[in-house]
Amino acid sequence: MKLSHIDKLESESIHIIREVASEFDNPVMLYSIGKDSSVMLHLAQKAFYPNKIPFKLMHIDTTWKFKEMINFRDETAKKYNLDFLIHINQEGVQNNINPISSGSKIHTDVMKTQSLIQALDKYKFDAAFGGARRDEEKSRAKERIFSFRDKKHRWDPKNQKPELWNLFNTNIDKSESVRVFPLSNWTEIDIWQYIYQERIPLVPLYFSKIRSVIRRNDMMIMVDDDRLKIKENEKIEQKKVRFRTLGCYPLTAAVDSDATTVEEIIIELLESKYSERQGRLIDNDQIGSMEKKKQEGYF
Amino acid sequence: MDIETFFQNQNNKKQLKILTCGSVDDGKSTLIGRLLFDSKNIYSDQLSQTKIESEKYGTQGKQIDLALLIDGLQAEREQGITIDVAYRYFETEKCKFIIADTPGHEEYTRNMVTGASNSDVGIILVDATKGILDQTKRHTFILSLLGIENIIVAVNKMDLINYDEKKFKDIISSFKNFSSEFNFNLQKFIPISALVGDNVFQKNSNITWYNEKSLIDELEDISLNEPLEEEIFSLPVQFVNRSSSDFRGYSGTITSGKIKVNDEVQVFSSKEKIKIIKILTPKGESDFAVKEQAVTLTLDKEVDISRGDLLCSVKNHNYFLSDQFASHMIWMNKEKMIPERNYIFKFINFQTVGKITDLVHKININSFEKIASKFLNLNEIGYAKVALNKNTIFNSYKNNKKLGSFVIIDQFNNQTVGAGVIEHELRRASNISWHQMSINKNLRHSIKGQKPCVLWFTGLSGSGKSTIANIIEQKLHKLGKHTYLLDGDNVRHGLNKDLGFTDVDRVENIRRISEVSKLMVDAGLITIVSFISPFKSERKMARELVESDEFIEIYVDTSIEECEKRDPKGLYKKARSGKLKNFTGIDSNYEIPSSPEIVLETKIKSAEELADEVILYLKQYYKI
Repeated sequence: MKLSHIDKLESESIHIIREVASEFDNPVMLYSIGKDSSVMLHLAQKAFYPNKIPFKLMHIDTTWKFKEMINFRDETAKKYNLDFLIHINQEGVQNNINPISSGSKIHTDVMKTQSLIQALDKYKFDAAFGGARRDEEKSRAKERIFSFRDKKHRWDPKNQKPELWNLFNTNIDKSESVRVFPLSNWTEIDIWQYIYQERIPLVPLYFSKIRSVIRRNDMMIMVDDDRLKIKENEKIEQKKVRFRTLGCYPLTAAVDSDATTVEEIIIELLESKYSERQGRLIDNDQIGSMEKKKQEGYF
Repeated sequence: MDIETFFQNQNNKKQLKILTCGSVDDGKSTLIGRLLFDSKNIYSDQLSQTKIESEKYGTQGKQIDLALLIDGLQAEREQGITIDVAYRYFETEKCKFIIADTPGHEEYTRNMVTGASNSDVGIILVDATKGILDQTKRHTFILSLLGIENIIVAVNKMDLINYDEKKFKDIISSFKNFSSEFNFNLQKFIPISALVGDNVFQKNSNITWYNEKSLIDELEDISLNEPLEEEIFSLPVQFVNRSSSDFRGYSGTITSGKIKVNDEVQVFSSKEKIKIIKILTPKGESDFAVKEQAVTLTLDKEVDISRGDLLCSVKNHNYFLSDQFASHMIWMNKEKMIPERNYIFKFINFQTVGKITDLVHKININSFEKIASKFLNLNEIGYAKVALNKNTIFNSYKNNKKLGSFVIIDQFNNQTVGAGVIEHELRRASNISWHQMSINKNLRHSIKGQKPCVLWFTGLSGSGKSTIANIIEQKLHKLGKHTYLLDGDNVRHGLNKDLGFTDVDRVENIRRISEVSKLMVDAGLITIVSFISPFKSERKMARELVESDEFIEIYVDTSIEECEKRDPKGLYKKARSGKLKNFTGIDSNYEIPSSPEIVLETKIKSAEELADEVILYLKQYYKI
């Protein structure tokens, strides 16, 4: 029997997930509700089958996620009987930090990065899984699978520990931690193929439907609730759109699409000219912006 | 296109992990950019981003600089060099590629080793205008050391030498000259221009004299060694899966061979034989599983198996359970490797403390000469013997890469400081067995009416260690206690007179003293050790040699200014004038103990008072 490329990736990820469960005292899996998180969760369930996942899952809720994402999150937690935590940066909420008037940079920093750091400190997690892939973005291409964070959760790209073979250095001091990326070697097409083959459920936002959108900064933004104030020169259109990545709804651009099934998405993807992070406003703030965010503690 | 056909094609594609290496400016990043560009694996928004950056940092004038697609980190974009391993993904009709792009500079050899450890094929780039450089040799050597069987030598920048066939042939022959001793399975030479694209994807009419395959065709046609039919089954146990329910399974990734339900295998450490009942693969329950699959097995009986164990074939296996081996290793840290110092050795499913007992030689990786050396510096490669504190299961790297490799971790700052490949087991330790004595430590010290221990004094030269130690011994003697005082200066006249003051010698000095003090404790004596002992790791080693309640670390806290002022032996004066090298506190480091049992501050109290403090401590905790 020969293992296919996907089979190899699947086993590699399971190996990484089990390694964390064996070597760390208090790991957590960051669950962002997106397709990569769904794949990661699916792999974690396989890694420990027939038993439950032996660690907690956590969602950092910015309070600006699409409603459908939150519904999907709550259903998933219930369906699989997951040990689930939700963390919101209450300080940010009190200061009315939001993606519209505070801007994407401040919102992301306060409600995602700082919120994550708060939660990691609060629960004293020593390892946190993330669903990031190396093909997503250039600075991620250089990050280790086991990526060390100092006491202040900072990443130092120039001082990464060499990672050879599949020998992962899991030795850390008290209050230091690691971020672990089991999907490092998967590409976007691998993820979709796996979702198709394994019939992994996804948030419906990935599939095309007629949705209410406005155009802002050359992007189509979905009107998910009345917190998005429509400006005078903007008008709500009904368009057949879907999302290639999911985040805070005012920061996530919809794309024109007719793809209503995973098969159609894959075909669309093969013909597409744009990479997936392009739908996200936060990466383009400045050149090298993802690398800067990661150094500050962002996933 | 029909989606099922698409997936079938995807599933038939082989996965190939490739590594690009070669000297600085040989065009590695440009080649990878070219591979991504020509295989149409770049999206247009990434391309337009790169165009913006090309205008800012590019080296190709108005042309798009393909290298900028690859050099991910901001610093690299500014400096134009690749400082870390970057992984890139692209695919063709036949193949899914994972490329490790590794740095060319000599100071980043460790990153290149990192990339090579996970690669199937090495592409060695040679700049046609420069020919074979030291770095070419170094990288070729590392590929061979890490057991990479397929290499492609891509002679790049052919456009700059007018596609000159003779120059290409000269490069081939000088490459073959130095690499004749390396055993590569496949070794190909291709003239290319990554900048223009010649012979990368497309064969080019510029090079009429070259009739063989393009780089991508050559890569696609490489066949990786599939596991042999008779290959031995092995599975290092990674995780024991059990819960409140009665399920108990053993999880791990199969590192060689295959397994079927009802097969008989053995638990390697206990040699106990067991039968496989169930195999849970990622695809569900299955009758069999093969190499590289992450599985969970259930067994026919309850046996003692934990992480670190190995399940393997009953017959014909070639694994070792031992605490010593010989290996090649690369040092990856600025702080040099010191023999006899304790480090953490991490294997696939187990880690333990151990040390490099003997650096047999280091290797000049430009001439491949073996050179005698006492230690390894950053990026140096050597051949060494390793002794571990615990028996560990391993294999030679040649037989099983997963079970024959290890990394070395600093026990204080947790940095990965080195990596190695095991050549063979050493049997020395198992041949010397301990003689069981009829009279043991307990009997020895009970007759003396005391509990033996080590009072380990550490501090700068001239801090007052020997003075205080001497008073303590007198006081203990008066109390009728059996003692022995080991003093740094005195021991250096005898047992350690062959040792100097380099870091390596200091480590050996303390190792011998630690062993001697262990013998003295075994003899039932209160052992007083008075040595500068500047390094944390050696003090830790001394501590670990005896029982945890037998070691009392006493830090004599006197500032360097105060010591220098006292300077009872005139040593500081000599050191300051440069007549004395490697003097602690001046040109050699002193690491202050982080949690000693006792701290003696000499500035506040007299030696007599401080000695009383220690006696009081012993009365309290040792009931003397």
